[in-house]
Amino acid sequence: MKIKQLQEILGFNILRLCIGIVICALIIILYDITTKGIGVISWKFLSSMPKNGMTEGGILPAIIGTFLVTVITALMAIPLGMGCAIYLNEYAKDSKTTRLIRMAIRNLSGVPSIVYGLFGVILFVQLMNFGTCVLSAGLTLGLMTLPWTITASEEALKNVPNSYREGSLALGATKWQAIKTNVLPYAVPGMLTGTILGLSRAAGETAPILFTGAAFFLPSMPKSLFSQFMALPYHLYIMSTQHHAISKVRPIAYGTALVLIALVFMMNLCAVIIRYRLRKIKME
Amino acid sequence: MAKHNDFKEKLIHGLFFLNGLLVVFVLIGIFVLLVTKALPAFRQIRLTEFLFSAKWNPTATFVAPSYGILSMLVSTLMVSIGALIIAVPLGIGTAAYLSDVADKRVREIAKPIVEILAGIPSVVIGFLGIVLVGPFIAKIFRLPNGLNALNGSILLAVMALPTIISLSEDALNSVPKSFQEASLALGATHWQTLMRVKIPAAVSGIIAASMLGMGRAIGETMTVLMATGCAIAMPKSFLQSVQTMTATIAIEMGEVPYNTTHYYALFGIGLVLFIITFIVNMISDIIFHKYQKVLK
Repeated sequence: MKIKQLQEILGFNILRLCIGIVICALIIILYDITTKGIGVISWKFLSSMPKNGMTEGGILPAIIGTFLVTVITALMAIPLGMGCAIYLNEYAKDSKTTRLIRMAIRNLSGVPSIVYGLFGVILFVQLMNFGTCVLSAGLTLGLMTLPWTITASEEALKNVPNSYREGSLALGATKWQAIKTNVLPYAVPGMLTGTILGLSRAAGETAPILFTGAAFFLPSMPKSLFSQFMALPYHLYIMSTQHHAISKVRPIAYGTALVLIALVFMMNLCAVIIRYRLRKIKME
Repeated sequence: MAKHNDFKEKLIHGLFFLNGLLVVFVLIGIFVLLVTKALPAFRQIRLTEFLFSAKWNPTATFVAPSYGILSMLVSTLMVSIGALIIAVPLGIGTAAYLSDVADKRVREIAKPIVEILAGIPSVVIGFLGIVLVGPFIAKIFRLPNGLNALNGSILLAVMALPTIISLSEDALNSVPKSFQEASLALGATHWQTLMRVKIPAAVSGIIAASMLGMGRAIGETMTVLMATGCAIAMPKSFLQSVQTMTATIAIEMGEVPYNTTHYYALFGIGLVLFIITFIVNMISDIIFHKYQKVLK
């Protein structure tokens, strides 16, 4: 009897150790970036151009670039993702086609980000002749985000009770009217939560934008959707591996990393707040 | 009027149907475009050389350029398997703790922690590989620098953990309560129940989760690009610098002139990468669905 209990105590402590290591890893990551990056952050750092071969100055163009690309990503991924989810959850019956679509979604979410990058080079940069630019990079990231937005949107649609649809249909509404007036309004906040999470991941991605439009350094802001851009994740990569004076620009790299993490977290926080509000409304 | 409405409804239905099919087209499109761009490479390179030679030197000027990807393939597998060796036990342990030991409050705190970990951009993890993990490894093993396969494995483990934890936890939670109650009623402790009943019952779900984590690790680019040292050579140990397939594409794609054999060969690597991750994900999918059917 005693051995059994000792075994249990030991076993549970091993499990505690496991989760302890995972939490430690996260704390180390956040602590290191925050303590070493916070000293660099200032209004000037956030709002000025890089100077002297990027050894001084700020990261404004990288922030603007990431913002622009994320907007394009959202414009591509949100409508297409929601549309696909509406088809799967509202229109389609369980058939070979839907199983095929679901299989494609699962596989797309497993395609390596660098392969999306290659795909973007052929499709957007070369075949559609956009060149390396904001638009190509944003569309590439949009494709990458698609499986996440679909899954999240479908989840949100599933949470709308069937009686809402039936009530509307019983009153003589057509299928689309029922969806438009009685399903979407309740599903949109949930869809947004998942979509914002997907966008935050896209904003932090580097591999897909490497050859589709991100630039090492640009003396001015992107003028149109067809110009190259600087982006926060790519800037961090450059500053930590490609720069000619790596040890000198290390503080800037830390600052960039902190801004990038902060940006991703703020987007996540938005998503969590929307989710929390949604839950509250449901409870009422 | 009714007819008009009918037409409109059908049109909308049709549009959503096309939108649904889009993802299938994208998946097929990725495959087809990769194949068409990779094929010209094999007019110059024998497939056996491409897959089974470890010599990669596409920019050789005095000798014939060589296009063997074996060393990168081995590096990719080595770094990914190393990551799994670290992440799978940790992930299962954490998942078991969350599903069986932790009370509700701890679970509420742990969930966002796992989500935050999943949300950290890969380039930031790679950066930490350079500034934190690298120097640490160099110090312990007395190496000139710590940019090697071990570093890559540790970082990829951190990146694979959230996937493995949350999917393994789902698998453990979906084991029917009756299994657990029967075991406890027979006098087994919670620990015995966990080890001999719940984990064996959830094992295929856990394997599927680990495979998915492996797929992620194989396809990850920025972390391995930044932290493994990037030296193309057949890896002999975990303390050696390696260069994975993803890193090779990332490094060379930006500099290679369009439509040269080297350029096509990089798409060849992309195709190999696509096929490997596709197979790994499919296996994970099949295991997962079999498992769900068994549970039902």
